[in-house]
Amino acid sequence: MSALKIKKGSTKHSAYNLRPTFSDVQETHTLAVLVENEPGVLARVIGLFSGRGYNIDSLTVAEVDHEGHLSRITVVTTGTPQVIEQIKAQLGRIVPVHEVHDLTVEGGSVERELALLKVAGTGDKRVEALRLADIFRAHVVDSTLESFVFQLTGTPEKVDAFADLMRPLGLIEIARTGVAALARGS
Amino acid sequence: MTRQMTGAKMVVQALKDQGVDTVFGYPGGAVLPIYDEIFQQNDIRHILVRHEQGAVHAAEGYARATGKPGVVLVTSGPGATNAVTGLTDALMDSIPIVVLTGQVPTFMIGSDAFQEADTVGITRPCTKHNWLVKETDRLSSIIHEAFHVALSGRPGPVLVDIPKDVQFASADYQPKPKSSTRHYQPQVKGDMEMITQLVEAIETAERPVFYTGGGVINSGPGASQLLRELVEATGFPITSTLMGLGCYPASGKHWLGMLGMHGLYEANLSMHGCDLMINVGARFDDRITGRLDAFSPKSKKAHIDIDPSSINKVVKTDFPIIGDVGHVLEDVLKLWKSRGRKINRDALTRWWAQIEEWRKVDCLHFDPSERSIKPQHALARLEALTKGHDRYICTEVGQHQMWAAQYLGFEDPNRWMTSGGLGTMGYGFPASIGVQMAHPEALVINVAGEASWLMNMQEMGTAVQYRLPVKQFILNNERLGMVRQWQELLHGERYSHSWSEALPDFVKLAEAFGAKGILCKDPADLDDAIMEMINHDGPVIFDCLVEKHENCFPMIPSGEPHNKMLLGEASTQDAIGAKGAVLV
Repeated sequence: MSALKIKKGSTKHSAYNLRPTFSDVQETHTLAVLVENEPGVLARVIGLFSGRGYNIDSLTVAEVDHEGHLSRITVVTTGTPQVIEQIKAQLGRIVPVHEVHDLTVEGGSVERELALLKVAGTGDKRVEALRLADIFRAHVVDSTLESFVFQLTGTPEKVDAFADLMRPLGLIEIARTGVAALARGS
Repeated sequence: MTRQMTGAKMVVQALKDQGVDTVFGYPGGAVLPIYDEIFQQNDIRHILVRHEQGAVHAAEGYARATGKPGVVLVTSGPGATNAVTGLTDALMDSIPIVVLTGQVPTFMIGSDAFQEADTVGITRPCTKHNWLVKETDRLSSIIHEAFHVALSGRPGPVLVDIPKDVQFASADYQPKPKSSTRHYQPQVKGDMEMITQLVEAIETAERPVFYTGGGVINSGPGASQLLRELVEATGFPITSTLMGLGCYPASGKHWLGMLGMHGLYEANLSMHGCDLMINVGARFDDRITGRLDAFSPKSKKAHIDIDPSSINKVVKTDFPIIGDVGHVLEDVLKLWKSRGRKINRDALTRWWAQIEEWRKVDCLHFDPSERSIKPQHALARLEALTKGHDRYICTEVGQHQMWAAQYLGFEDPNRWMTSGGLGTMGYGFPASIGVQMAHPEALVINVAGEASWLMNMQEMGTAVQYRLPVKQFILNNERLGMVRQWQELLHGERYSHSWSEALPDFVKLAEAFGAKGILCKDPADLDDAIMEMINHDGPVIFDCLVEKHENCFPMIPSGEPHNKMLLGEASTQDAIGAKGAVLV
């Protein structure tokens, strides 16, 4: 039981700030938003973030249920606990939004991102890049005599770490998908 | 059972099925097929406004005075962009309106066609929801859905953008569904566990206060009735925001008057000193709370609101209850009665004694002048002379609006139409037209300032054309009064662009439109002039020349808490610090 006497995990209170006081601590949360797949729905979600001054660290969107016309938006955002609660409540208010899940508080989640990295170089640097790619289980998806394109999946931190290593070895371009996430367990 | 018909006919049929009797609009190229259908029927009355902004405010006035959705029909491009202010106004004040806009044909969208604008893009942040209809097949069900969204949950404006080819094409008409099967079904019943905690708090509270808002009005007359019952039964004092005036009668003995920046002394000090604040359908707006870290520091706060995003947005709540005000109040009342109707009688008596002390300050006191009409005096006389009438009051925005809220008494909900959240100058006149359409026999008065009124003065044409006897009660100080007041208090009396040097002769203006004009500048003539206005069967512009430099008090300076109110001229010296200046 929290200070507000709300049972832990009680979903009907999910719109409430369950913390006893407003805090200044910045937190990063991953939200999964199930939306009706209709024109303009992504603009509504993004417009909410820009209009109310919330942060978007990463955002991915794709249709997940063709029959049911549902898309899933995964958005990683940073803010104080109060702002995070507001973001969830404001998202829930958008008419075509069906569900909002805060994967960060709902018992943990699996988060993955896919990145493509173009690394150009010859000689030792090229060999070293290939060796590191092997360690990170990155795949070579395109190759010339002067360059590789690596494909890497993993957490955003893993992608960051790999990119940092590639930079001195000739990283010239990177494309990232942003985070896709699912709650753990059934 | 389905019927084939054109999209244009579908629009009219869907409006009829939704029980719409009045549409405010302005024709143009992209809505001509719909106007052609309107021409060929008699069930829906169309009111031709003189500017699309006027159409939306008229629809808002209609909606606020009836509880039914207001409907607007305008053309593409400029028709739609002119509707944006009204849409934003309705969004801020949670007013249900349905705006239908024409659009260029689907195959021309995106080509920068004549009178093309990205209407759904432009209005996305200022509607509760909007739709661009690309197939006639879907048109009727989208219009029905639009009414459902506008009215359910926290009400608000919706917009349906209808390309011209969709209006011409034919498809099957889908009748209004018996019950909405769509997923959008906001929660109306409050959580019983939390309601129980609130009832426990009511039973023991020593210094309780009800803080009510527009949500009570939006919940319907039943909610106002339940609120009155709860207030009478508990004997708790009650104050209200600007938007909630009328949900509890001004003549009721527990009434403290409006609270907030220009609220009454007793109302604001009760909010500051209470130990239990019961927020019913209000949203802790910044004009209400003043300085947040000093807002009602000793109280437990309950918040009843249908919109989860209102809860804990600016003020942390101890008893958050998501639900419709009417449903929640019913449960609160039932539970409180079944537990034995307990209150902390002794403490409540002491609390009322304290409130009576604050009341003695008589914060609305003013000394009428014999030389010029004080605006407060004009409103006090308007109140006295119209009290017995079936009366509806609209306002524009500024000092006159605050004085109207202070000096006029509202006995019932839906009798007070004002732009609260957005503060739209130019709102009141078209709103009064919408109200008069809904209540043709009633006395509809728009309390205005001359500057606000000029912003939508073209609607005189509408009032005269439809013989709507709206009374425009203009408190004319030849100033932008509220701006001038802030410049006096905050900007070293440098009155930058806050007066008008070229005002029209309002009597001649009225006559030019074919209406009646009345000029009044002598306090001795005021009563007769007001009676002349009331008794005239037709629209009147009442030009009431008032004291030019009167300031609106009481007042909580920006950046200050409720207990730092200014009561009159003497207390204004250096009242607002630099920090407060940015909060204006």
